[in-house]
Amino acid sequence: MKAVRRPLPGPLPVWADIILLPLVNVALAFVTVGIIVRIIGVDPLHALELLVVGALGSPESIGYTLYYATNFIFTGLAVAVAFHAGLFNIGGEGQAYLGGLGCGLAILALDRYLPAWAMIPIAIATAALFGAAWAAVPAWLQAWRGSHIVITTIMFNFVAAALMVYLMVNVLIAPGSMTPQSRNFEPSSFLPAMHGTALNLSLALSLACCFAVWVFLWHTPWGYALRSMGHNPEAAVYAGTDLRRMTMLAMCISGALAGFVGVNELMGVHHRIVLDFPAGYGFAGIAVALMGRNHPLGIVLAALLFGALQQGGAELAFDIPTITREMVVVIQGLVILFSGALVQLPRPWLQALFSPRRPS
Amino acid sequence: MDDPLALLFLTGAATLRVATPLILCAMGGLFSERSGIIDVGLEGKMLMAAFFAAAVAAVTHSAWWGVAAGIAAAEVLALLHGLACITYRGNQVVSGVAINIIAAGLTIVWGNAWFQRGGQTPALEGGERLLPLFFPRAGDNILVYVALVAVPLTWWIVTRTRFGLRLRAVGEMPLAVDTAGISVPWLRYRAVLICGLFTGLAGAYIAIAQNAGFSRDMTAGQGFIALAAVIFGKWRPFPALGACLMFGLLDAVAIRLQGVRMPGLGEVPVQLIQALPYLLTVFLLAGFIGRAVAPKAIGVPYEKEH
Repeated sequence: MKAVRRPLPGPLPVWADIILLPLVNVALAFVTVGIIVRIIGVDPLHALELLVVGALGSPESIGYTLYYATNFIFTGLAVAVAFHAGLFNIGGEGQAYLGGLGCGLAILALDRYLPAWAMIPIAIATAALFGAAWAAVPAWLQAWRGSHIVITTIMFNFVAAALMVYLMVNVLIAPGSMTPQSRNFEPSSFLPAMHGTALNLSLALSLACCFAVWVFLWHTPWGYALRSMGHNPEAAVYAGTDLRRMTMLAMCISGALAGFVGVNELMGVHHRIVLDFPAGYGFAGIAVALMGRNHPLGIVLAALLFGALQQGGAELAFDIPTITREMVVVIQGLVILFSGALVQLPRPWLQALFSPRRPS
Repeated sequence: MDDPLALLFLTGAATLRVATPLILCAMGGLFSERSGIIDVGLEGKMLMAAFFAAAVAAVTHSAWWGVAAGIAAAEVLALLHGLACITYRGNQVVSGVAINIIAAGLTIVWGNAWFQRGGQTPALEGGERLLPLFFPRAGDNILVYVALVAVPLTWWIVTRTRFGLRLRAVGEMPLAVDTAGISVPWLRYRAVLICGLFTGLAGAYIAIAQNAGFSRDMTAGQGFIALAAVIFGKWRPFPALGACLMFGLLDAVAIRLQGVRMPGLGEVPVQLIQALPYLLTVFLLAGFIGRAVAPKAIGVPYEKEH
């Protein structure tokens, strides 16, 4: 992200840089979406109204919004932790998949013997372990073998998908099942859920992760070293940071966080191992992290927005058949574009806006 | 089918059919990456091109308008990538990821709005598709030959022309190019636009030659396999062609091997063969099989001294 933070002549006031610029970026993304909605012949304001009602109109819809937000918090945090270390983890999708495999395997092995108070923590820990392990390989390859983590994590998404299909079709499939899914978990592994919705205790886990990431990054020596590596690797080495170990640490935390998507999906909702449950959350995490400016608080807000979009978008697609759920995917992509790659686009405009007050 | 020669011919043809979009896409990626612009958005450009090629071919009943529309769609995304990476010096990987996600969503949103078939375009037939030229069973449509010509052409441009020399220079050391009085942004924009042209052809091939219409996510990771092939070929045209053919052969073999017991090995999981391009690329990048060294300035936005 070094390139994005280049110093420019005529700097903006700090508050404008931290709050206004990101808001303008997100606004640009949403204006573009409005134009696209207009092109396909739907009134954007009417669509927005349906979307808001769909996302927040009833306790059930709020429950679903929070359930989706849970996944976005996990993957947003995952991307953010790696970002702070100067690493770009595009492998959230695969790490979420493996996290789900981890907790699923633990549950399939133990759920008939353990009570809930033992089963649930073990399963959550296994999800973290598997997610971390899947991220550790690209981290190790970058730290010791010099291969680029972006490419390796992309490739690992595909390897994870192939691995899961193989395991589900050949190994873990429930006897007699026609679809590739495992046997149902025993209730001892179920996370307590809000009645009638998919919202479950994973939300509390995700908020705990937010707090833990905040403490770790800004209030521990390791977090300090991790961020210093992201800002300036040479200086970090000079300060005594072992970049290789720090790369491993950052990616393992990142992978574990992504792996928790498996907890929300499998232990909270599906109650068995299924295929394709990461469903793009890993990639959406990039949008969440960029929009939340890599800060846990910002990530929670961005995740709530994306959760509302996901739930409201589903309702919207139901009401207006010309709009499909994939409109939400378009919004995610546009947020990544405007808040990430084109983050500097509105800066000259804002500078022009502020410059009359500060003649140079 | 029992005739070994026929089997060889058909396997070769199948390989080439699968490899054609990979080759086109890889040549595009090669131009972009040699100029110093990482392109993880090959997949998205190809998908968008596939959609517009099929949609326009269905509406105009002409395969050629389809190809043109595919190229145009890919070029729009290529320009967007250039704008983000070259003009605004944004993060190139972020831009590529954004393009992939936007394409994955927009193709379905527009497809559904225009054709009301859940994101699919109407089935194409006759002159709406690119048909085989000489061997009906081999599927040798014009774009297959274009792909085969594209490789030596790319080699010649990159290694034997003034533009190619500058292209390589700008990917290794843009400061030197700038010092010589040559515009770094203009060079890189041209590279990105050439990439758009090739990914557009690749997408059109998938939608209106290999298949008869667009269906959701139909590129299915081939853009990433092409990217892997560029890396596997160490950013050189002929080795990249080799990688594409190898990945194509793996795919063709995977379909034939489904459920077949190999002597001594037992049944080889199809998923393993499908994952091989990615695994091999990871191994190569890690230096376990040779060494792949990327252009030096890749991923670094160029900033002119003020």
